[in-house]
Amino acid sequence: MIYLDNAATTKMCESAIETMTRYMRSTFGNPSSLYSIGQSAAEAIEDARSRIASHLGAESREIIFTSGGSEADNQAIISAAKAGEKKGKKHIVSTAFEHHAVLHTLKKLEREGFEVTLLDVHENGIVRVEELKGAIRPDTCLVTIMFANNEIGTLQPIEEIGKVCKERGVVFHTDAVQAVGHIRIDVKKLNIDMLSLSAHKFGGPKGTGVLYVRKGVQIIPLIEGGAQERNRRAGTENVPGIMGMAAALDEAMTSLEEKAEKEAELRDRLIAGISSVPHSILNGDAKKRLPGNVSFCFEGIEGESLLLLLDDKGICASSGSACTSGSLDPSHVLLAIGRVHDVAHGSLRLTLSPETTSDEVDYTIKAVKEVVEYLRNMSPVWRDLMEGKRTFIL
Amino acid sequence: MALYSEKVMDHFRNPRNVGIIEDADGVGEVGNAKCGDIMKMYLKIENDIIKDVKFETFGCGSAIASSSMATELIKGKPISEALTLTNKAVAEALDGLPAYKMHCSVLAEEAIKKALKDYYEKNNIEYDKTLFESVDVCCHK
Repeated sequence: MIYLDNAATTKMCESAIETMTRYMRSTFGNPSSLYSIGQSAAEAIEDARSRIASHLGAESREIIFTSGGSEADNQAIISAAKAGEKKGKKHIVSTAFEHHAVLHTLKKLEREGFEVTLLDVHENGIVRVEELKGAIRPDTCLVTIMFANNEIGTLQPIEEIGKVCKERGVVFHTDAVQAVGHIRIDVKKLNIDMLSLSAHKFGGPKGTGVLYVRKGVQIIPLIEGGAQERNRRAGTENVPGIMGMAAALDEAMTSLEEKAEKEAELRDRLIAGISSVPHSILNGDAKKRLPGNVSFCFEGIEGESLLLLLDDKGICASSGSACTSGSLDPSHVLLAIGRVHDVAHGSLRLTLSPETTSDEVDYTIKAVKEVVEYLRNMSPVWRDLMEGKRTFIL
Repeated sequence: MALYSEKVMDHFRNPRNVGIIEDADGVGEVGNAKCGDIMKMYLKIENDIIKDVKFETFGCGSAIASSSMATELIKGKPISEALTLTNKAVAEALDGLPAYKMHCSVLAEEAIKKALKDYYEKNNIEYDKTLFESVDVCCHK
């Protein structure tokens, strides 16, 4: 099997599995209990907290453990909105291609009377800082812009965005679920006030994540109950999950730059290989993207059948086609960068890991070419295009 | 993949009757590239019997499998029988489709009806218009 869907989830690293089983087996105490097995668990998660904080350039007390990226996004946005509302500030700036954990939370706030401005992400999939400056108003209480896009991998100008938000006194949240563990991030240097991350995107377990909240930024709990996480997130801590997340992040951050460089080389090889398919297009900026992200649209075919045939060849991939999501519309990300429905249905995302090999990349290039050609040969759209009855978009 | 039955996967992986008929007696195309699926059926008709049928499909796995199954169900059959083919029959012959993929079987039914309508019109044959009322389905309707 060639696993090229690392943006969906990653294989857990051995050190995370080993750590988790250890904490499930032995240190099973409740961190809120006062006897030693409970206190050992409490000490362990505090150690994990401080390691995760240091990987982000944050302080321990600024780390809140959550159930994952979606919860962190929800809590960050709702907290900033409620804090803003108290001061009469009910405007939020974001982008059109955020993850649904952000977009659907913003929709909910809109129904509650908030105003949301979604910045254009242009054809290269990158927001323009000048446009952000123009969008911030005196009543803006939050700017939430993702670090790297989950479908097309484009990196946003986070440092400049952080600087603008700091100058204008607006809270800045970033959904960094796809970036943490793949790119070095220093929240202080980048002026990030809140950041969401998810453990299973870097070799950790599912169901565990973090919301980083800069000291002084107001936060309200989404889940009421006990006093865990300094009253910011109730519920008995997911001790094995937290320990697995910290172990996975330790490993991901070790020689990160070398791994990312090697991954980016294979990414570029994959992009170059697939680019030779006629009437195809790379989605998102070719260079300002995650080291492991490759995203293409192919004219004349549909993405789900592409995925099924790649699966038959042992390749795990994903697509933004409507048929893979169960909805009628293709990916909002592809529509946001200006891909029309017809070609957005024919999209393919391949996301690498540091373990991806050049042989796997070469095999995948060959497989994609074969499958695209096969599907085009039975596509009436392709026939019309070839016979000039329909105009090529790509 | 558990999403689809083995029958669906078989017809998807080894679609029957793919291609075109150059001198087709009836051709029907339904769907829309915007929705992500288009089906085109080609019929060769002799003495009211569907002698040959071919299809081309742009769409997901269940769209390709539905087209393939539908062609098998009507090949060699009289027109009168082909006209009674329902999307449910196509889906059942495939051992079922996920609920949100049922429209793929609808497309297959409609593509055949549209090709038969085309045959009637090309040959100036009188036909019952009520049989073709729903032709031209689209997901955005």
